[in-house]
Amino acid sequence: MTKSVTAENALELADLSVAYRVAGRNRAVLRNLSLTIGQGEAYGLVGESGCGKSTVALTVVRYLPRNGSITGGAISLDGQDVMKLDAEALRRARAESVSMVYQDPGKALNPSIRIGRQLTEIFELGGIMGQAAQDRAIAMLNRVRISDPTSVMQRYPHQLSGGMQQRVAIAMALANDPSMLILDEPTTGLDATVEAEVLDLIAQLRQELSASILFISHNLAVVSNMCDRVGVLYAGMLVEEGPTEVVFNDPRHPYTVALLRCLPRGGQRKDQGRLDTIPGFLPGIGAAIKGCAFADRCALADDRCRTESPPLYDLGGRLSRCHYHERAQALPRATPSNVAPAPRAAAAPVLRVAGLNKTYASHGHALRAVKDVSLDLRPGETLGLVGESGSGKTTFARLLLGLVPPDEGGTIELEGKALAPRLADRSDDQIKAMQIVFQNPDSALNRSHSVRHLISRALKRLAGLSGKALEARLNDLVRSVRLTDRHLAVKPRQLSGGLKQRVAIARAFAGDPRIVVCDEPTSALDVSVQAAILNLLADLQSKEDVSYIFISHDLAVVRYLSDKIAVLYLGRIMEFGPSEDVFSGPHHPYTEALLSAVPRLDQTETARIRLDGEIPSATNPPSGCVFHTRCPRKIGAVCEQQEPPLSEAQPGHSIRCHIPYGELARLQKAVVTEPA
Amino acid sequence: MSAIPTSSPTPDDTRQRGPLAEVLFSLLRSGTFLTGLVIVLFWVGCALFGEHFAPYDPLADDIINALAPPSAAHWFGTDQIGRDVFSRVIVGSRDILTVAPLATLLAAVAGTALGLITGYFRGIVDDVVSRILEAFMAIPVVIVALLAIVALGTSKTTVIVVIGLSFAPIIARTVRSAVLAERELDYVAAAQLRHESALHTMFVEILPNVIPPILVETTVRLGYAIFAVATLSFMGFGIQPPSPDWGLSISSNYGMIGGGFWWTVLFDALAIASLVIGVNLVADGVHGALND
Repeated sequence: MTKSVTAENALELADLSVAYRVAGRNRAVLRNLSLTIGQGEAYGLVGESGCGKSTVALTVVRYLPRNGSITGGAISLDGQDVMKLDAEALRRARAESVSMVYQDPGKALNPSIRIGRQLTEIFELGGIMGQAAQDRAIAMLNRVRISDPTSVMQRYPHQLSGGMQQRVAIAMALANDPSMLILDEPTTGLDATVEAEVLDLIAQLRQELSASILFISHNLAVVSNMCDRVGVLYAGMLVEEGPTEVVFNDPRHPYTVALLRCLPRGGQRKDQGRLDTIPGFLPGIGAAIKGCAFADRCALADDRCRTESPPLYDLGGRLSRCHYHERAQALPRATPSNVAPAPRAAAAPVLRVAGLNKTYASHGHALRAVKDVSLDLRPGETLGLVGESGSGKTTFARLLLGLVPPDEGGTIELEGKALAPRLADRSDDQIKAMQIVFQNPDSALNRSHSVRHLISRALKRLAGLSGKALEARLNDLVRSVRLTDRHLAVKPRQLSGGLKQRVAIARAFAGDPRIVVCDEPTSALDVSVQAAILNLLADLQSKEDVSYIFISHDLAVVRYLSDKIAVLYLGRIMEFGPSEDVFSGPHHPYTEALLSAVPRLDQTETARIRLDGEIPSATNPPSGCVFHTRCPRKIGAVCEQQEPPLSEAQPGHSIRCHIPYGELARLQKAVVTEPA
Repeated sequence: MSAIPTSSPTPDDTRQRGPLAEVLFSLLRSGTFLTGLVIVLFWVGCALFGEHFAPYDPLADDIINALAPPSAAHWFGTDQIGRDVFSRVIVGSRDILTVAPLATLLAAVAGTALGLITGYFRGIVDDVVSRILEAFMAIPVVIVALLAIVALGTSKTTVIVVIGLSFAPIIARTVRSAVLAERELDYVAAAQLRHESALHTMFVEILPNVIPPILVETTVRLGYAIFAVATLSFMGFGIQPPSPDWGLSISSNYGMIGGGFWWTVLFDALAIASLVIGVNLVADGVHGALND
């Protein structure tokens, strides 16, 4: 393969407009988008879902779906005009010079073909056959740091973990040494620890390869760590662009300012005030935009913004599409940060769990999903549950709710009274006292029922209301989750993700619960919507004195809402204590690794701890300390032979580790890990 | 991350078409569905009003004109006792279009209930009921019909019950698999967390969400039911003389084909085929509209 003469820019989009044809009308998705990516440059594209990020990726290689069309502008890839390529030239360009990696590697790989075959196929297209193709494939797998490439070649995609699959997808993307690599949310579906590995890999590959990168993500922190320059997309328009560090530290567009403010940062907690939000919604695709697209949601907007559409102002090395870019940071908060009263350290625990176990039978092996978990929770407190997927967080929540019966022996006490292990044996009072907000509202809300039906049914069953009283309570409840009457008549599918989650929250609060389990309630939402939901949960908590069990993989979110944290690994509590103690340390080596894996906006490069390999199978957990196979601080044979007890290092703060507390403190001080 | 929007994703848009309106909209644009609908409606019209526009009394014999070939007076000719085949084909749609839909309805109701129960309770209930249903499915309809006729005597009701009950397990199987998928969704757990009864969860929570597959399966079954009714009538277990029913007519005339009197059989056979094709086109259209 001979590469054409290298053009100045790897990718140039000039005045690109793309529309989707929906219900017989062309609706604009990208509006006169211009951007350039230099040779070897990594360019990040950020924005909320629906703003056109993925469309950019698809357009570059002309992979638009059937109802999409390029309505104007030019795309130049390595100096080649992509619009003018015929089918064969386009195929060659896709095969040789551009590669894409998508969010879900499970879907990008063919489930019925072995990894090796999928890789060699790419080389065979380039004319390399047989053993040579095999060797190249193995070399590619080595390059993406897969330690045992020959055995991975023999496997099918489903036999690999998500992180491994994504590495294979990256290996395939790099196979032809592309000049342009498009990464569309490549780590979004992965655990934080795996995400960190994949990001490290991409960062290392950048040093070795000449490829330019278009990195698309909704996660500002990930982009800030990976990219040289960043573009902020809003309603299909570039609203701000510049060097990553400059844009994130000194944003000049109110949208960027607002996006950054939505994130819980610097260890912010619910008792230090609410998160800021962005009011309103992204304009729908194809909406006619007069003036500035963001004006409706911007507190700085005046008449000029609503009538005169702002150009991309050149601010010397950076661009901003705002008339008032010089005072963008003066954007007033959309949500007052009024500090809620600090929770009273009071009262007997509302929930007490002792010796809870859950064992599943899996192909004749015992799978211990939850092992010997004991903890307690006070009224008005939030317990954060963290850990990688497969650590038993959700199983634990389901045990508490009675959706899954625990093994014999453990006890769950609600306000001093033992709860029956099975849901059917619990009293109505006990049932309404503990409710859940599920991760995915599409699954949790019955799509055949109207919002009114969903909430009133809960009020009827849980609060025992009917008639006028029900109607009155329904109105209160709907207000308190900030929905309006007009939302009541519709079916869930007609609502956005954030609104659906509010309906689910209203339903959970119907019977004045004592405890609400929140199972990743914001993981499917955009940051601005996430902030609004987190604020709502914090407000409801201070008003109703309800306790939360909050499950999330996003440590900053957990930290914002939690008073106590339990870190789970293979169904065991590795660390338990007040939120601040767990985050500030000294902490369990696993907690340390989890914290270290979180990508941060401030780019303070700390010595990062990486966990090797994957979480071991729960059917065959490692001997001794279950974490010893991956522990960066393993001290020796004792870790392999004896399971350390969960011992109280400080009042209320327990750690399951053989390393004494003082020693952990000394070790972890050496690497200053300023938590997320 | 964001999927390609196929409908306007305005987050707060509460004025979208409802799901039912959307299905109707795409049905009305489906050529398959409309073609099938025209065929089916034609036969329904014949069943309801056929005797008013049939040129002759379908039961009146006219021995002198027996076995007359198609002509201007008798478009489809006459049968062995001189009855007008054209009139008989038109009026002959009546019995089959009563019996087959009722049998299908019975199958749909019984099958939905069985499918909800097996899919919802799973475990031992599912194992026992499903094995019984499978055993039932293994017996050919004709044998069941023979036994039922011996036990109950020949009547339209017998045919409806026999076909209804033979098809119920097939519909139950479809419903069961749809319910098993719904069962995993969190709204079922949410219902349990409200102490809803099993009946409420099955019929109020789950049933509305499995209507689409039930609808498709029922329309498909209607095609088979028409075929089954015709078969049973042909074999003498179904609709009884003197009805001008198609299957029955074929049965009493097929001996004539050898003598070159093809018209006594062909038009009835075409009628059956066109009705089955019409129903299948409708089923195809419904399937397409619901799975868009």
